[in-house]
Amino acid sequence: MHDLIIIGAGVSGAAIARELSKYKLDVCVLEKCQDLCEGTSKANSGIVHAGYDATPGSLKAKLNVRGNEMMTELCKDLDIPFKRNGSLVVSIHKETVDGLKDLYDRGIQNGVKGMKILSREEALQLEPNLSDQVQGALLAETAGIICPFKLNIAMAENANVNGVEFRFNTRVEDIKKDQEGLWHIRTNNGEYICKYIVNAAGVYAGDIHNMVSQDKMSITPRRGDYCLLDKEAGGHVSHTIFPQPTNLGKGVLVSPTVHGNLIVGPTAIDIDDKEATATSQEGINILIEKASDHVKDLPMRKVITSFAGLRAHGTKGDFIIQEVKDAPGFIDCAGIESPGLTSSPAIGEMVANLLVEKLDLKKKEKWIGTRKDILNPAELSLEERNELIKKNPAYGNIVCRCESISEGEIIDAIRRPLGARTLDGIKRRTRAGMGRCQSGFCSPKTMEILHRELGLAYEEIEKSGPGSEIVLERTKNQKGGNY
Amino acid sequence: MQTYDIVIIGGGPAGLAAAISARKTGVESILVLERDKELGGILNQCIHNGFGLHTFKEELTGPEYAYRFVEQVLAENIEYRLNTMVMDISSDRVVTAMSKEDGMYQIKAGAIILAMGCRERPRGALNIPGYRPAGIFSAGTAQRLVNIEGYLPGRQVVILGSGDIGLIMARRMTLEGAEVKVVAELMPYSGGLKRNIVQCLDDFGIPLKLSHTVVDIEGKDHISAVTIAAVDDRGKPIPGTEERYSCDTLLLSCGLIPENELSRTAGVEMNPVTSGPIVNESLETNIPGIFACGNVLHVHDLVDYVSEEAGRAGNAAAKFVMGQLPADKGKPVEIKACDGARYTVPSTIDIDRMDDKMTLRFRVGAVYKDSYVSVYFDDERVMHNKKRIMAPGEMEQVILLKDKLVAKPHLKTITVKIEAQ
Amino acid sequence: MEKRELTCIGCPMGCQITVELEDGQVLSVAGNTCGIGDKYARNEVTHPERTVTSTAIVVGGQGPRASVKTKGNVPKDKIADVMKEIDGLVLDAPVKIGDIVIKDVCGTGVDVVVTRNISKE
Repeated sequence: MHDLIIIGAGVSGAAIARELSKYKLDVCVLEKCQDLCEGTSKANSGIVHAGYDATPGSLKAKLNVRGNEMMTELCKDLDIPFKRNGSLVVSIHKETVDGLKDLYDRGIQNGVKGMKILSREEALQLEPNLSDQVQGALLAETAGIICPFKLNIAMAENANVNGVEFRFNTRVEDIKKDQEGLWHIRTNNGEYICKYIVNAAGVYAGDIHNMVSQDKMSITPRRGDYCLLDKEAGGHVSHTIFPQPTNLGKGVLVSPTVHGNLIVGPTAIDIDDKEATATSQEGINILIEKASDHVKDLPMRKVITSFAGLRAHGTKGDFIIQEVKDAPGFIDCAGIESPGLTSSPAIGEMVANLLVEKLDLKKKEKWIGTRKDILNPAELSLEERNELIKKNPAYGNIVCRCESISEGEIIDAIRRPLGARTLDGIKRRTRAGMGRCQSGFCSPKTMEILHRELGLAYEEIEKSGPGSEIVLERTKNQKGGNY
Repeated sequence: MQTYDIVIIGGGPAGLAAAISARKTGVESILVLERDKELGGILNQCIHNGFGLHTFKEELTGPEYAYRFVEQVLAENIEYRLNTMVMDISSDRVVTAMSKEDGMYQIKAGAIILAMGCRERPRGALNIPGYRPAGIFSAGTAQRLVNIEGYLPGRQVVILGSGDIGLIMARRMTLEGAEVKVVAELMPYSGGLKRNIVQCLDDFGIPLKLSHTVVDIEGKDHISAVTIAAVDDRGKPIPGTEERYSCDTLLLSCGLIPENELSRTAGVEMNPVTSGPIVNESLETNIPGIFACGNVLHVHDLVDYVSEEAGRAGNAAAKFVMGQLPADKGKPVEIKACDGARYTVPSTIDIDRMDDKMTLRFRVGAVYKDSYVSVYFDDERVMHNKKRIMAPGEMEQVILLKDKLVAKPHLKTITVKIEAQ
Repeated sequence: MEKRELTCIGCPMGCQITVELEDGQVLSVAGNTCGIGDKYARNEVTHPERTVTSTAIVVGGQGPRASVKTKGNVPKDKIADVMKEIDGLVLDAPVKIGDIVIKDVCGTGVDVVVTRNISKE
């Protein structure tokens, strides 16, 4: 029995878990996948938005601006990379250039600082690779870029260190309230009982909500295809470049990533299947076409991978963060689409405040708000690096040559709290396999380390969870037996 | 800082041949740096035969071919370090290397020979739509898993791309009990050797579908099926031609890319066609004292040519450090490839520095039947060799004689082209 | 009379060759553009041969598999039988290039030999 259960270990669930870990409360997170950051949180633009997009007064507006403010300190505390590279909304039509002023005004209403409307010349000076058609741009200096995996993982890890339990491969099947007012959560991994539930289930938040409420909620997965380009193309633009927004969202952006690649995306395609993260040729084509409208000479030959993410699009258009009226003790955190990543720290804060008030929670005497990320030896001097290798020779063995990731970093990723158990888990924590060869070289070596560290047989090693085993069996199985 | 006359980056076929040649030319102080736990490079996983017909006049498997060179390296007492990753090369020839045992350290090299080889084009670069599940491998990764680690990726296999590694893996997987359902090739011709098409596909009844590509991948966690479709002459899928194959493995054999990250950081100029360094007659890059050979320079079809080329690079690097390579006067003869010839290696010749004979290697951009390889000295056609067949999958060569070049003191450009007449 | 279609492997031309046979005797070879094709086709229809390369289990070695090959060509229709023999091998490390691991495999008169050194663990 737990005081509170959070459903979903994406970036919202992790942020809420971390905030709640400050208080005297027994919290457990249930996650249907094998690892943290497996749904919407793993496939997005990695952008920390300034906050001029959302309708003034909306939760999106409020939490975006607050999340953006919190990000610098949070990333410092969690020791993860974050860069305020600034964003530009680019207008390429004379007829619509005035729209930039509307955005600016909205930003002012939302409390966004550091905005400026740029002339065509100013915009081109800042970003020479903008389209020749550029008419003007809105600069937002507070916008930034972040690693979406690291933010999610770091917050969860930190919550875990402060006492929050995590249960993976645990899918919620049904929720019932008993006569004493306790929630009984049936999962594929047995029953969990708790007093309070926070629903942070991403694209499944509607399904979870509907288990307890008559006021039905619908979340539409809105697919976004992305292309990630080689680091050689990472300098094509230095700001995050948006087109002017439409009612479907912020449009196809072109941005450097915090790790130095270039990202192009997303499309916006509403679908039915909440697992359908397949890219389509059509989607990729749209992407290239639309991105080329506002950024010229995009080196699309340098694409190293393409992927698709699903935004949890709520019908109401705003985030839904509240206790469910006909289900007291059940708190929704639903419809968390963009700017969800940016807002996540503020979402955590808001949900925690809601509960603190309701339950009169007291702070723990001891709470550790900081953590050290996996060491990045590339940031060390030659001497420091030598010292490190002398102490731990695994840091002298490069496993992923594209991203220059050592065995030491991979072992750290496995051994740390809520450590990696799959190839994708290692990839998201260390970047091994995320470079231009896309794990062709390092995957057999990473498998060897997983085998050694976790005692997994090769046949048990997964890419991303059950059913994603990398190899089938030993060769010579039919004849020579199990060697 | 440690110092060596010649540091060779990579202990595969190119690096080994370069080392042996440099030693035979008279250089004592040579160091080979190899990132794997043994010498031999990719040949160790290429367990099929067909290597060495030119070099040894017999058919060897990859590991046997590699070992012939390893034996010479051992016999010559050439120094090498295993499990050692080169992290950086600077333009003043300082090599930064790292290993578990020795930590991170720097070596000042009199000359550097780049011999890092190449890697496979990954799925992402192919823009195949669909899910991104387990069960998709580049053919070389699967080759390593099967041949070195002893694991079978799956039992029902589709292969995209008919490069030689893909063809070889079709046979390997079949012999290990898998069913290879189809090989799809985007181009209207195969990039693989005829011999491999016959002995790796036809022998086992595996269909090869030219002008086809994968248009969808199914299976969220693990690949469960792919759809392939015919493509038009611009490589675009033709609606209505889709065929679905259930499978648990998709192998990709869609081309190789020279691995030049280190070369770039050193400031080595690249040829956009080969993705390898631009080199002169001595296989020297734009940075004096940095040489290149093997698949890091341009992707070869036969390892025998790698060994031969690497031998030349080793010889030139040795002459460089011994002060026997005449100074670069900076006014070389340019070599241009056009009209079907995609590139040449080398790209320039300094006549004073060339040997009596020099092999110029190149590839063609399409299949040519009964056509001519022509060489022009400025406007004058000096060579016109009829070839019954030329294909993009095979390297072509012409041999230039120093005498002929010396006779043309004002020569500016040598042009290699393919002519119908 | 039997007709057989072949692709010549002599060069990248890959000539499509048609061979006519009667009672195992070659009557005619057509479609080839040179002598290599003629010779290849006659061989291929009367006694096709291949070198088989594979791996064998190694116990106690630095790697779990050693590569092996038939030292010469074996009849093409024996490939499956040869593979069965190879798959049944369990070698003890170390093994060296050239070690004979099966003598006269499947009565072909050809030995199976190791092609890669695997030292002891």
